[in-house]
Amino acid sequence: MSPSVAIIDYGVGNLTSVANAVSRLQVEVRISADPLELKNATHIILPGVGSFGEGMKGLAERGFIPALQEEVRTKKKPLLGICLGMQLLATEGFEHGHHQGLGFIPGSVRMIDTTQSGLRLPHIGWNDVAVSDRHPIARGFTHMPIFYFVHSFHLVPEQADVIAGTCEYGERIVALVQSANVCGAQFHPEKSHDDGLRIFQNFLALSSC
Amino acid sequence: MLKPRLIPVLLLKNGILVRSKNFTFHQHTGDPLGQVERYTAWKADELIYLDINRDDTHDFRETMSVIGSTSSNKNIPATMTNDVVSVIRSVSEKCMIPLTVGGKIRSIDDIRVRLANGADKVSINTQALDNPSFIDHAARTFGNQCIVVCIDVKRDPGTGVCEVYKHFGRDPAGMKPIAWAKEVERRGAGEILLQSIDRDGTGTGYDLALIRSVAESVSIPVIALGGVGKFSDFVAGLKEGRASAVAAANIFHFSEQSIIHAKQEMQASGIDVRL
Repeated sequence: MSPSVAIIDYGVGNLTSVANAVSRLQVEVRISADPLELKNATHIILPGVGSFGEGMKGLAERGFIPALQEEVRTKKKPLLGICLGMQLLATEGFEHGHHQGLGFIPGSVRMIDTTQSGLRLPHIGWNDVAVSDRHPIARGFTHMPIFYFVHSFHLVPEQADVIAGTCEYGERIVALVQSANVCGAQFHPEKSHDDGLRIFQNFLALSSC
Repeated sequence: MLKPRLIPVLLLKNGILVRSKNFTFHQHTGDPLGQVERYTAWKADELIYLDINRDDTHDFRETMSVIGSTSSNKNIPATMTNDVVSVIRSVSEKCMIPLTVGGKIRSIDDIRVRLANGADKVSINTQALDNPSFIDHAARTFGNQCIVVCIDVKRDPGTGVCEVYKHFGRDPAGMKPIAWAKEVERRGAGEILLQSIDRDGTGTGYDLALIRSVAESVSIPVIALGGVGKFSDFVAGLKEGRASAVAAANIFHFSEQSIIHAKQEMQASGIDVRL
């Protein structure tokens, strides 16, 4: 079955860039503000910029939280969280207070610690990512890939075995995670040229497991 | 490691690309789509489109009929007419790197329509000076990461004192660059695009003293713009100017593989660039 991708529209972030990038791979793409539309998709992308609390509120208000539990937890459809969308996969977040996340990847979202390094926040720009090809989402690179990041917070997973890629910015930042059908990219694959397209290709090659 | 960014700036006037000198003289250099794929393939790290048209709308097809048909015009889709938003939409379909759009942004809706049509960030200028709380409002609505405040600066040739200008560099805003930079950071800007009006189109290099003074007074990234005449100016902007990113317009337009050559020179100077 050829993939049919739903990009979740929950009121945060620029979805057009994600849709443009995925369209390049000749697959069907739909931007969905209606949780019912996730039923017809084979792959789900959760994009997003903004803050953790606002993101969870946007998902809850539109009824996406039970829909994601059903499609991703029960039916095991592949899910890719991008930037804030990856952070929302965590158990909890500490941006402007304490918020509960989707809980697909055990871990917490914290501000990048730049006290030692004195580096500027947000972490904006292109950074090298060391990938682990134990994870299908990170496979197929013949060189060290480089991706575009824009963020001040990052996901700290409880279990190291979900980590599929890391970068350095004053401390080690988890850039890519995968736990079975659930994937997350802290960087923006849709804005990362050819290396970003490879991430989407790897994601679309996943099937419900 | 994080790479310093090299950013081509494309100036749009009446829907075509122009080169600029001192914010006044504009020379046609091509259609707005032709450059996108080339710049992306040459490893530009982002693109900034600035709409410097003084009027709100124009008919793109009329412009093309005035400048005549060139081979590059074939890239233009028939649907791309009239306004900067349709240009953004067409550019963003080809743009697999971050895209910033600036020029004549006066309202939250102006931002929303640009983002909805494929821009990743917007650059605001005069509206921020006329109504500084617009920055707070925009950053709260769309997130700090997509609000770039462009600061245009003119240095008094006699006294050497710098002042912020608005309305395409025509009117003094009554602000000093460092004070204004600190204020836009406090109000939620994610980045500052710092442009020297005097150096625009001169090729005499960045105003390094200006860039360094602003970069050291804020903790958000500062993008240097205005004056690049040779590739080593990029190196100076990063090393002496302490900018996080270096931008230029004219130098990229007229030479083949310009971005790759610029990055090779930066790499030879010990700067870790994306190549």
